[in-house]
Formats: sequence, structure tokens, C-alpha cells
Amino acid sequence: MPDGPRQQPTPAWPRSLADAAPEWLWHAAAWLRSPAPYRMLIGYALALGAWYTCVDGLALPRFEDLPGVVDVFREWTSAAPSFGLSLHTPVYYEHILTSLRRVGLAFALATALGVPVGLLLGASPRFRDYVFPVLEVLRPIPILAWVPLAIIIFDGAESPVVFLTFLASFFATALNAQLGVRSIDPDFLLAARCLGAGKLAIFWHVILPGALPSIFTGLELSVGVAWFSLVAAEMVSGQFGLGYVINTSFTMVQYPTIVIGMLTLGIVGHATSAAVRLLGRSFMGWRARALRLEGA
Amino acid sequence: MTAPDAARGAIRIHDLVKVYPGRDGQVLAVDHCSLDIAAGEICAVVGPSGCGKTTLLAALAGFHGIDSGSIHVDGHLLCGPGKPRAEVGPDRVVVFQNGALFPWKTNLENVAFGPIVQGKMSRREALDKAAALLDEAGLGDALHAFPGETSSGARRRVEIARALMTDPTILLLDEPFRALDALTKSVMHEALLEAHARRPATLFFITHDLNEAVFLGHRVVIMTARPCRPKHILEVDIPPPRTQALVTEPRYRALVQEVAALVHEEARRAFEANDREH
Repeated sequence: MPDGPRQQPTPAWPRSLADAAPEWLWHAAAWLRSPAPYRMLIGYALALGAWYTCVDGLALPRFEDLPGVVDVFREWTSAAPSFGLSLHTPVYYEHILTSLRRVGLAFALATALGVPVGLLLGASPRFRDYVFPVLEVLRPIPILAWVPLAIIIFDGAESPVVFLTFLASFFATALNAQLGVRSIDPDFLLAARCLGAGKLAIFWHVILPGALPSIFTGLELSVGVAWFSLVAAEMVSGQFGLGYVINTSFTMVQYPTIVIGMLTLGIVGHATSAAVRLLGRSFMGWRARALRLEGA
Repeated sequence: MTAPDAARGAIRIHDLVKVYPGRDGQVLAVDHCSLDIAAGEICAVVGPSGCGKTTLLAALAGFHGIDSGSIHVDGHLLCGPGKPRAEVGPDRVVVFQNGALFPWKTNLENVAFGPIVQGKMSRREALDKAAALLDEAGLGDALHAFPGETSSGARRRVEIARALMTDPTILLLDEPFRALDALTKSVMHEALLEAHARRPATLFFITHDLNEAVFLGHRVVIMTARPCRPKHILEVDIPPPRTQALVTEPRYRALVQEVAALVHEEARRAFEANDREH
């Protein structure tokens, strides 16, 4: 039956296109078909609505001096902003880039140092005995309490800010890497030894990949706390950066600019966390595939 | 089983004692236990829960030391006087109760792991041999899947293939099929017997499933309640090939019942001893 329905060649292009589509596109399409994005939009709308109602609409007693949602967005998108900072001014991007560069540097240092220290803490009881108690005392010290020492130790305006930003990130990274090692099923280590793996092979093939999910959880947290401490540091020292924008706008009574700085921080911070998460997924294909099977 | 390999992997456990520190003083886990296992034998070990079977397996594997007595393999001292603890692997490989395939490696990479880390094969060679071994076990489709994407039965077969990849003389199995459903189990049993026929290692097989013990074992060792020592050794005089048809035969059923009676007696003793302790 040469012309039977089964012999009809299916058009080749839709199938090959679907095959060629990268996985993230498939995920994005699935996400768009779910109710999640619409709920997200409604959530944003409700938050903005609440802001509008409190400040512009009802002008509630304690809210009357706050910048309203309309003022903020008008200022943010204005080509000639009243206080000199908007999407159209190059200085806005200079602030963002300065903050990003500091966070990037501090995050890189914290990762380069925190991951090995955390892995060692998890893998070597002796190292842990020496180092962990010290970390546990240093960790609860708030970043702001480190400011005087940071300024004494480091020259200039830049290095104290990076140091302060690095500190909190380092603790988050090291502790999660440690947790990752300790959460590895001991049978994996025994199995590797049975199969003839030496210490180095166990480290590369078992400890490192086994700790990776927890390491990336740590890195995601680490980016978050990096922004957190960056702003604290920038409020104290420096002439650029989003923390500096927020602080000086307050002293100069440029209230809409404060909110522009805050929202920009939120958006940029969120984007960096998402970038780390995506990076983690690309490293842990095995995990993504196993989780998808479970329907998560 | 006439391959020269069949002559390797004879285990002689002599007068072995293992004591654990416990809450109320010392706990005697294994008490003057002696047991000979022939090269290439499938030795099924049954006994009440917590009787010390796994302690025995861990001593064989080198996971922990012994307090007195000795274990020899093919005449060489594994552990004993002057050497409280055996070195771990790779001539003795453990297949774990809950499975210990590395979830971040594909099934193929898992199986190829041993020879690669031992430096015995190049990565390419190891992957080729692993693929052949998995094909032979009927797992050709699952080579590039991760263990998390593989069915539980197939995972167990991958793990056994991984253990066999390093050509161990002894395979130590700690209730490897415990978590499987009955149908998958029966498939596993035949697969294990096939694998054993192709590569006759000595199998030290701990189980709570008495049917499984009789179906797989050349001998079934019934252990006493803690402290652990062989209470009775039953020869299972059923020649290969053993297939599922066997399970309906009267001689098989009679053997299972015999084991059940012996184990039950010990289980009751263990239960009563527990009652006295608490």
C-alpha cells in the first residue's frame, strides 16, 4: 500500500526543530503554558497596587512623605530626571556596574576559598577540629561590626568594600560545602574503596560530585548575602555603587531615587542568583534528570 | 565452573570474635565463628535480624577490624594475629543493601569506574568493556541513563556488573534484593546465577529471604542469634541450571521448610533475649 496513510511521510521540519530546541526553551514553553507566570504577574500587580493605595491613594498618615509608585517610575524612566538618575543616564549604569564588579570579585574570592575550605572541613576531621570552632565564633559577627577593622586593614575605598562583601559569602559557601560532604551516603565511599579507588580518586569521583548540590545551594545563598553586605559596605565607604546611591539620596532628600536604587538592587540581585542556579543545573544534569522523573 | 578462576576465592574464617562497645558495656557481635567457603561457592547466610551477619561481611570487606581469630583467602592471611583489619578491595567487592551506584555517573560510567580508578584500563577500554558487560546483562538500553532514571531491578544488575568489572574473587552481597518486589526478585535471581556461571566468584550472600537463600545457595548457613556463629549448614544438593520451575518442586520446598524451622528457633531466641534486655 504505497499510498496508504501510514506511508505518508511526516513533514520533517517540525520534528527536527523540536529536537534541536535547547532544553531551556522546552522548559520555558512548559512554564508559559502553566498558570505560574500569570499568578506571578498578579502578585506583582497586587504589590504595586498596595504601594499605590497606601501612598498615592489613601495617603495614610505615616506614608505621606514616601515616594509614590507613579513618581518613582516617572523618575526612573525620565530622560531628564529631577535628581539626575534614571534609565537614560549613564551614571545609573556606572553604579550598577560598580556594584556588580564588587560582588563579582567578592563572590569569586569567596568561592575560590570557601569551597576548598568547606570540602576539607567535611572530609578531614582533624582540619575540622582546628578550624571549625574559629569559624563558628567569627561567623555570627555582623558585617557592619567588621567595618572599622576593614578600613584599618585595607587601603583606599575599594578593597574594604570587597573584603566586607567577601566575608559573609565565604561563610555561606564554606558551611554548605562542608554540609555537602557530610551528607554523602557513606556507602558511596565504601563502594569506591571496594572498587579500588585511592584518596584522590575518591575526592574527584565521589566527594566533589556528591557535595556539588549542596555547594551550589551555598553559592546561591552566597550571592544573596554578597549583595546584602555590599550595600552595607557601600553605605559606609565608596563613591559609587547602589548602596552609595541609596545612602546619598537619603541625605540629599531625593526620595524617589532611593526606591530606584532599592528596586534596581532587587532586580540585579535576583538575576545574579538565577544565573548561579542555572550554572548549577548545567553542572548537575544527573540531578535535573532524576528530579524531572519524580515530577518535581 | 572449570575455569582456573574457580580455584580462587576460598574463604576460611577461623574462630573469629568481634566485640562492639555498647551502652551497657561490651556487645559480643560474633563469637568464635568458624566457617569454610569453597572457591566459587554461593554461600547464602541467613539468621535473625541483628545477629551479626553484616559484622561478618564487614570484617571480610575490611570495613572494620576483628578482635581475635583469623580470616584467610586462598591461604593468604586477610586479617588475624598482628593484622586486625583487612585492606579494602578490589579482590573483594561489596554490593550494598540500599544500592551504592553513584547517582552523578551514568550506568556505563559506574560500571567502568573500578578499572579506571585502579589504572588497570584506559578510560576508552574500560567504557568498552563496561558496555559489553551491560549488554550481556541485557541492559544495553540503559547505558547512558543515570541510576536515578533506571528501574530498581536494573539498578541492582548494574551494580552487580560494576562489582564484576574488577574481576573480584569474592563478591559480598548484603541483602542486595531486599527492596525489590517478588517478580523483579525472581528475575534478579536468574540473572545472578547466569552472571555467576560466566564469572565464577565466591559469593557471600546475606539474606532474610529463605526462598532466595535456597534458590541461590550451594549451601545455606543458618546463624545463631547474637552472638553470631553458624548454627547449622545445609547443603542444597540441586545441580544447575536452577530456574524458576524449581520453586514448585517438593525437594526445594522441603529444604526451605527445613531452613525456616531452624531460623525460626533462633529468631525466637533473639526475641526473648531482647525482651530480657529491655
